[in-house]
Amino acid sequence: MEILVCVKRVPDSAENEIVMNSAGNDIERDDLVYSVNEWDNYAVEEAIQIVEKVGGTVTVVTVGDADADEILRREMAMGAEKGLLLKDDAFDGSDCKGIATILKGAVEKGKYDLVLTGAQADEGAGAVGGMLAAMLDLPYASLVNKIELGDGKLTIGREIEGGNREMNEISLPCVLSIQTGINEPRYVGIRGIRKVSGVEIPEMGAGDLGVDAGSVGAAGAKVKKVDYFVPAKGEGAEMLEGSTEEIIDKLIEILKANGGL
Amino acid sequence: MAQVFAYLNHKNGVLDDSAMELINAAKAISSEPATAIVCGSGIDAVATAAAAIFPKVTKVDNAALAYPNAEVVRKALVNVIPAGSVVLFAHNTFSMDCAPGLSVKLNASFVADIVGIDGVDGSALKAVRQEFGGVVSTHVSVDMAAGAVVAVRPGTFPADDSKSAGGAVTAADAGDLSAKRKFIEIVAPEAGDVDITKADVLVSIGRGIEDEENIQLAMDLKEAIGNIAEVSCSRPIVDAKWLEPSRQVGTSGCTVKPKVYLACGISGSFQHLGGIKGGLIVAINKNPNAPIFQVANVGIIANIVEFIPALTEKLEDMK
Repeated sequence: MEILVCVKRVPDSAENEIVMNSAGNDIERDDLVYSVNEWDNYAVEEAIQIVEKVGGTVTVVTVGDADADEILRREMAMGAEKGLLLKDDAFDGSDCKGIATILKGAVEKGKYDLVLTGAQADEGAGAVGGMLAAMLDLPYASLVNKIELGDGKLTIGREIEGGNREMNEISLPCVLSIQTGINEPRYVGIRGIRKVSGVEIPEMGAGDLGVDAGSVGAAGAKVKKVDYFVPAKGEGAEMLEGSTEEIIDKLIEILKANGGL
Repeated sequence: MAQVFAYLNHKNGVLDDSAMELINAAKAISSEPATAIVCGSGIDAVATAAAAIFPKVTKVDNAALAYPNAEVVRKALVNVIPAGSVVLFAHNTFSMDCAPGLSVKLNASFVADIVGIDGVDGSALKAVRQEFGGVVSTHVSVDMAAGAVVAVRPGTFPADDSKSAGGAVTAADAGDLSAKRKFIEIVAPEAGDVDITKADVLVSIGRGIEDEENIQLAMDLKEAIGNIAEVSCSRPIVDAKWLEPSRQVGTSGCTVKPKVYLACGISGSFQHLGGIKGGLIVAINKNPNAPIFQVANVGIIANIVEFIPALTEKLEDMK
């Protein structure tokens, strides 16, 4: 099976404390640590497991600048065979639809049976997979946490409310967005990264992809982020202060008063 | 002014409460009367309930819509919604499945999971979103000139429960509903050995527990509190397979209503908070900016890996 996995380089929420910049209109980006979007690691792992079962190739693709190279290599160290970097100044400032438009160009330049994305990334919109599928006229399912292979089709489970799983049959080719927890992404060691350090990663721009530069990037974006801010805080919690011992004494009183002890 | 539609979720013949919030979201976007859309099979009662909330209701009744398969519903919506409209959804697992693709087919803008509307400026919708798990917010400008699909986080708008709209129901033809995705069944979660919904006290752990071997610290605290306590957790702990899914609190896990909820090293995403329906929330987190402190009743800034054992020891000493 030929599988394309769309990945994104994002600020690592476990490694950074997100704070506002001095101008108060954006987050402080100077010392941010970046990594692969957490959801995408599950998508790549799932693709690798499928190829291990039935053969084929996993290709990882991202829209980004030269810095995005490192995350493609990380996913290749996991076991993706090929990387593809979609890079063009015209792509800067794309909204979700712009990113989906660029990815559509890449999908159409290849021949894929299955396209995977993470269920969401840093902005939490979870939109690119569904948009990409609609643009390609392929069937789509989101929040997928189970995949069983069939003949020309897949049986997939979607995570829905209350821990329930919605089972569907979906025909190939299709686009799926993958939810965390579907598998256990394999560990990538420094040796694995070194092994793929010399592999050449092809780049494609708007012209190569047949994408109209005016339909993507800031020029094509209909959804624009104006600024960042920290919302006015409400009452918030009653903060317990003092030494650890004092805090614990206060907490125990509170637990007793509320039926917790 | 754009025509506003709201897709309403319903289950087992009962309209979802989000409908009462979406009517207020619609009013924040346009003063024109909004139209609710209900899709399904044999949905007269749902349509009637919608008409108590919305001035106009479009009913799409078709056997192919008996289960809301997003790929099929999307086709029905493309068939009944005119170009240039604004379409509202409650942000949930259905909207995530259906709304992005719908925006492509309607050639409309798309914005997900908004938590506020600051107004409309010409054809621009001024919306508010959150990023990084609610630590920071953003103002977003959405061009509605060619229409827009907008998913609104539940709880953003107050519910209009006056049920006084007296709306009219119109039936619409769904058109071709063939799809390459077929719904099979809903599989309920496996019951675990523990039932966290019955505990008076939940020692609930999140990413702040740092390591699998530290899970024992939470188990020890539970033992020290006694039989009324149980250990629960947030999603990352289940994803890491450190605890079983039956211990997960949140919209994709269990809904709980303990007397005391000890949120230990939990940042407080809205999906997690959606599973806590009452009781005193005590948040223990080393990050003073964690969103959990905005919703907790009592807050403690501390590293849980050090704080939990200290609390356990004190409780043991008291015995």
